[in-house]
Amino acid sequence: MITIYTVVGLILTLGVLFGIKLLSSPKTAVLGNLIGSISMLCAIILTLAYNNILNVSLLWIALILGGIIGAILAIKVTMVQMPQMVALLNGLGGASSAIVALIILFNNYGDMNLVSRLSSSLALTIGAITFSGSLIAVAKLSGKMKQQPIVFKAHTLLNTISICFIIFSIIVVSLPNISRVVYFTFSIMIFLVSIFYGVAFSIRVGGADMPITISLLNSFSGLAASVAGFALYDPLLVVVGAIVGASGLILTQIMCNAMNRSLRDVITGRTIALNSDKIIEKGYANKEVAIKKSKSFNISESDDEQIKIIKSLISQILEEAQSVMIVPGYGMALAQAQYIIKELYDKFVSVGKEVNFAIHPVAGRMPGHMNVLLAEVGIPYDKLLELDESNAKLSKTDLVIVVGANDVINPAANTAEGTPIYGMPILEVKKAKNIFICNKDTKPGYAGVENPLYNDEHVILLLGDAKDSLKIIINSF
Amino acid sequence: MNIIFLLILFVISMFIGYKLISDVPSLLHTPLMSGMNALSGVTVLGSLVATAAAVNTGYKILGFIAIVLATINIVGGFMVTHKMLKMFKKDK
Repeated sequence: MITIYTVVGLILTLGVLFGIKLLSSPKTAVLGNLIGSISMLCAIILTLAYNNILNVSLLWIALILGGIIGAILAIKVTMVQMPQMVALLNGLGGASSAIVALIILFNNYGDMNLVSRLSSSLALTIGAITFSGSLIAVAKLSGKMKQQPIVFKAHTLLNTISICFIIFSIIVVSLPNISRVVYFTFSIMIFLVSIFYGVAFSIRVGGADMPITISLLNSFSGLAASVAGFALYDPLLVVVGAIVGASGLILTQIMCNAMNRSLRDVITGRTIALNSDKIIEKGYANKEVAIKKSKSFNISESDDEQIKIIKSLISQILEEAQSVMIVPGYGMALAQAQYIIKELYDKFVSVGKEVNFAIHPVAGRMPGHMNVLLAEVGIPYDKLLELDESNAKLSKTDLVIVVGANDVINPAANTAEGTPIYGMPILEVKKAKNIFICNKDTKPGYAGVENPLYNDEHVILLLGDAKDSLKIIINSF
Repeated sequence: MNIIFLLILFVISMFIGYKLISDVPSLLHTPLMSGMNALSGVTVLGSLVATAAAVNTGYKILGFIAIVLATINIVGGFMVTHKMLKMFKKDK
């Protein structure tokens, strides 16, 4: 049954696909996004026209209201808040799919076949999980809820029971000839238990695993739309939803690889034991005794005299360095140090030095977060290097400046077997001649593994607010 | 027949999507995500049809909410993506 709607729909799908294709380069990405949004607008108008509902004012009011709220949110959001914004939008998309599924189930009771009952209840499940899971992620990312995983008693058992109950309910709802009461009750139960499951799932994911969770929820929001498409026999929904689902899956996979975490560990909240002495010791390979050869300064406690000493110490290194690599981490975003980094970048460029940025895939709270923060302050994107590119360049680098990054530069990932970060690909900053580390303190990062780099003789630690440390570097030229 | 057609579409789209998105550099992963986010608002098409077809006021209200949420998703998603992509500039 291929109608004119199917054909036009597929043409619009090609528009969306072409838009995504253009996203593969920063030069064409803006155009790609525009093509994607125009295709979406056309799809909405096509749907209204094809179903003869162009003149239903209720629909227009809803569209305009949603459009205005969306535009306000988009205008107000800052780049640092982007992870929670994306999580929020994921959740709204999921909620919308869940509600659509609920309406289909309620409204069409009696004249639905097995496929549409099955897919409606599945869309209801995925949509509701996406909704509540995303809202928890928003609360965690915006600091309204603590970042640590929250695990309640019999968490895994409760999750398993919820999933079994949902599957059972989906089967009940899909059965032919069940009574109206049972059908409606179980539909609502699917919704409620899925909401609960979303919360239970998201609440036990820790802050640093958030990039994986957001990616996964992104995938879910697409799948929910796609499955709703099966319920409505709408090919456009099926196709576009599936593309989003695939995209989320790729990002999830990339994030898991970059953190050396299995998806199962993240979902089941198997998070790294913080403050465990056993793990911390393992940071030092072969139990070698940690001899501190690095020079460490606490910026916030230094008086003018000491700052002078620091300046004279680093000014020579700055002078001699021809190639510089800056390594930003989430600490940079927390300290809002990206503006000072731009100043530092301009300073280096003005004296003719080569400056690049080494961006680890999991630096930040969502995939690509660091790139956006640095692009915002005006760092050219061709200076933002990926992991492999950075590592290739690091051995030829004279000076590395680390700003608020720890786990992603921890050499223990290569040596300390049995620690949570073992096997995780890192930025090998040790290859560089000199290293400045502008971190808040020398406490282990999120992974809880001591960083042997902090004792390396080529390292100068500038501890305290990264903004103050960077200012001192700028003033040392 | 219909369901098989949809299943085939689903598999093909997953495959093409996977191929295309693998080519997006990690530089642009945040805007990619927000753009995909906007696309997941495609569910608005379903909510428009379902709301128009709803017979009962309660369902119409639910549908109204679904359309509003999906549109926030679409408009918010595309606009933040645009906002971010505009910032990526090459060295002069």
